[in-house]
Amino acid sequence: MDDLLQEFLTETNESLATLDSELVRFERESSDTKILGNIFRLMHTIKGTCGFLGLPRLEAVAHAGENVLGKFRDGELEVSPGAVTLILKAIDRIREILVAMEETGAEPPGDDRVLIAQINAVASGEAPGATETDGATIDDEGFPVAAELLAEVAQALDQDPTLAVAVIAPSEPEPKKAEAPKPAMEASAESKDGAAQSSIRVNVDVIENLMTLISELVLTRNQLLQLQRVQKGNEFKVPLQRLSHITSDLQDGVTRMRMQPIGNAWAKLPRIVRDLCVETKKRIELVMQGADTELDRQVLEIIKDPLTHMVRNSADHGIETPAARAAAGKPETGTITLKAYHESGHIFIRISDDGRGLNADGIRRKILSNGLATESELASMNEQQILQFIFRAGFSTAEKVTSVSGRGVGMDVVRTNIERIGGMIEMTSAQGQGTTFLIKIPLTLAIVSALIVEASGQRFAIPQINVTELVGVSNRSEISIQTINNAPVLRLRDRLLPLVSLRRLLNLGEAETGKTDYVVVAQVGAAKFGIIVDRVFDTEEIVVKPVSPILRGTPFYAGNTILGDGSVILILDPNGIATAAKQNAADDGAVSEGASDEHPSKDETAFLLFRARGEELKAVPLELVARLEDVDAATIEHVGGRHVVQYRDHLMPLVPFDAAHAWPASGKQAVLVFSDHGRSMGLAVDEVVDIVRDRMAIELASDRTGLLGSAIIAGKATDIVNIGHFLTQAFANWFDGQDIAERAAAAPRRALVVDDSAFFRNLIVPLLRSAKWHVTSAVNGAEALSIMENAKPFDIVISDIEMPRMGGLDFAAAVRRDLRWQRLPMIALSSHANANDVEQGRAAGFDEYLSKADQPHLPENLARVLDAATHGRVSPWRTAS
Amino acid sequence: MLEVSPNGSPVVKHHEGDTVSFVTFEVARQIFGVPVTKVQDILTPDAIAPVPGGPAEVQGLINLRGRIVTVIDLRTRLGLAREEQTEGKRRGMCVTVEMDGESYTLFVDRVGDVITLPAALREESPATLDTLWRDVSDGVFHSGDRLLVILDVERLLAIRSKS
Repeated sequence: MDDLLQEFLTETNESLATLDSELVRFERESSDTKILGNIFRLMHTIKGTCGFLGLPRLEAVAHAGENVLGKFRDGELEVSPGAVTLILKAIDRIREILVAMEETGAEPPGDDRVLIAQINAVASGEAPGATETDGATIDDEGFPVAAELLAEVAQALDQDPTLAVAVIAPSEPEPKKAEAPKPAMEASAESKDGAAQSSIRVNVDVIENLMTLISELVLTRNQLLQLQRVQKGNEFKVPLQRLSHITSDLQDGVTRMRMQPIGNAWAKLPRIVRDLCVETKKRIELVMQGADTELDRQVLEIIKDPLTHMVRNSADHGIETPAARAAAGKPETGTITLKAYHESGHIFIRISDDGRGLNADGIRRKILSNGLATESELASMNEQQILQFIFRAGFSTAEKVTSVSGRGVGMDVVRTNIERIGGMIEMTSAQGQGTTFLIKIPLTLAIVSALIVEASGQRFAIPQINVTELVGVSNRSEISIQTINNAPVLRLRDRLLPLVSLRRLLNLGEAETGKTDYVVVAQVGAAKFGIIVDRVFDTEEIVVKPVSPILRGTPFYAGNTILGDGSVILILDPNGIATAAKQNAADDGAVSEGASDEHPSKDETAFLLFRARGEELKAVPLELVARLEDVDAATIEHVGGRHVVQYRDHLMPLVPFDAAHAWPASGKQAVLVFSDHGRSMGLAVDEVVDIVRDRMAIELASDRTGLLGSAIIAGKATDIVNIGHFLTQAFANWFDGQDIAERAAAAPRRALVVDDSAFFRNLIVPLLRSAKWHVTSAVNGAEALSIMENAKPFDIVISDIEMPRMGGLDFAAAVRRDLRWQRLPMIALSSHANANDVEQGRAAGFDEYLSKADQPHLPENLARVLDAATHGRVSPWRTAS
Repeated sequence: MLEVSPNGSPVVKHHEGDTVSFVTFEVARQIFGVPVTKVQDILTPDAIAPVPGGPAEVQGLINLRGRIVTVIDLRTRLGLAREEQTEGKRRGMCVTVEMDGESYTLFVDRVGDVITLPAALREESPATLDTLWRDVSDGVFHSGDRLLVILDVERLLAIRSKS
């Protein structure tokens, strides 16, 4: 195929895309002569070029279309949807012919007479006397840019007569000029704002090569700068600096050349939505905001199809029919809004509709029928979690495949495409109100901001998009790495963060101990984890290059790049690292997650095992332990009969597990740190042994101080420590905190514990579990009420008084107002337990009132009231009904 | 017919008919050759960045005039023991080849001369050759008790990542 034809195909395809969207716009704003002028001009150019190239089929179809458009413009023909549909059909026909031409290089045989006759019928039938066919002349006044544009073209031709110029101009009086051979430059006119904008068409390869060359230029520049630094004060300094600036500017310039407005990816959408409206008899308005937001053309290509798919989905499944909308009290015309904007180095694209929202029940059924989850798994999920299943492979919501959506591309493909380029997608949906997708993608794939880190002397880059924060850790600092059965973890703001050591993962050898490490906190999807590295350097803008095919099977790398100093460096793929680390952990049998002992489905609790007072193991639920510290014995002070240590700018009391504890004079003292509401205490023990996971099955009775009882943990009889006992030793008023609150709801076999303090929930829940209760917990009265509404009946409720949102007194009153729960045993558990408090509690509806301050006796008191509740009273829903 | 010059590379006398040229190099005292047409570049590697977790044959990556090129350790690839494991400091040279638009460079002990041999002298790899070698070789040229083993670049680079 010759260059000329190739050029024609490219150009015409672009024009057609514009025509589609312009026509849809025109249909709505049929009085806008500028739009019409634009449309006419495009069609005319196509017709003219076809004539020039000798393409009779195309020319005939374009001519018929142009004819109708001419009549629209001259007011001889009324703009009607039927007529517009015919023009669109003509465009489709042209497109079909072009596709065939791309393959064969020649116009395919075919008969367009029917279509042309239809179009002509519209042209003549509705506008009698429309015989004028010459649509080529347009006066310059109608299109003020034309003159300017022509002048530009003339100038360009003057400067380089061999340079071929294709002009898309409405008033082009001599079409031949526009079809000069080998057009390499196109000047397009934007008639809307009257400003002429010229652009040239450049082969993508040229830009890519330029980009590569500039990367090399940057490297050479950096080498020169390095040399110059060594030989100080020479005469090259000033010109080098200039070279340096120019190089940077050049780099910026070429990067910008690769950027394209996102509107290019949206061009097809108005047409798609319009066709869909006609087919489904819906009324939809497509609002597009931020179409001029620019992003890298490579990214643009990748998100184009996902975006189209999502808009199609919104139009097809999201927006209801006008009748259904009216019935729901919504405007008959539905709205789909596309919005693109820049924020913090990323592009955000929001696609929202005001349709019916996702059908949770339908999705639930689909999940079950496709075997993506079991009924019981679904039962433990909330609605939004269930909706997220649309992103899973093997899921498609389209119950019946229409011509517009459901073409085998599911949301899982959309998500995969977006994640492949380092993007993220989120979705929220509300029944009856609509669905919103939010996509976050990097500006460019070619150049990304990356954090440069080091492990074992080797540098690596981590894409900044995945990094949420950096934490410096050392044995001496407040934050240190702990290990759970060899798996490193970091307690960061009361969350347990699983860690991956880059050295260990990549077999780079163990680091020397006692030095400062850095943890790069990375986010992959919803999962967060930390990567342990030796050093952190700077962030650097890097040019991402894919790794060689030989290395593609290595899961850790997303690419490689050359740094400013010329060295080659690998770019880590946090996604791959997370997957690989998980696999390793599974192989080791290591536990890297924080224990969650409140969930009925996860009955196991993580215990910290230690030794103190004798050889037998002691255990405490890991969840209660804030940190493990090795305190330097020399820093332990003895003040007023108590041991304290400077800790996080405060004095932290140290309580020995055993009163006869032998405090070391030198070396280290192992300390378990417990924190709650800003206070910390340290429990001095002999040795921290391990962390294990096991079921909590405590034999409650214990006559020894400081112990709750004993349990078999990891096959060994172990004493379970009553931390409350030691807390009260450290702070007599530990349980007095205004904000410390606790609640629990329990009935003969099922208990509901309501407390906003995780600390106390962790204290109470094991106690109840050990007494064979099935425990559910809530963090405030409101949540407790909703749990009671939805869950199976509880046999007892244990609640704190002081809680945010809904406190214990209001909660109790609300429970008692409900007929079902009037006789449900309720126990208040509070740090405020004077006579007045107790009276208020009883008035609100609590049966019992226990003090948190009475820690040593809490187990007995709890056992006593539980016993009374289960035997003395029978909960109403057991007798009633 | 094939003689070995004092520096160890084979010397060839001129023959009638078609000839083939090879870049020769030495790995563990064995002489290998790859067709000259396959070779892009010969270089002495500067800084090789290792690829931890990658295939054992991949010695690392180098920056070749702004392009990242994968260094294949021919010793490991050919199943030969790694000599003096002073990693990163190993002396050697690299023969850069291309496959499917990607550049790879073969790390060898020493690069010899380019030699031109009559194609007719090429023999099939002997059955006694190590299977690993037979798999990557594309025939041999005899020289007394020494062999010039011709390597097939495509098969040499067919390295599967352990994943």
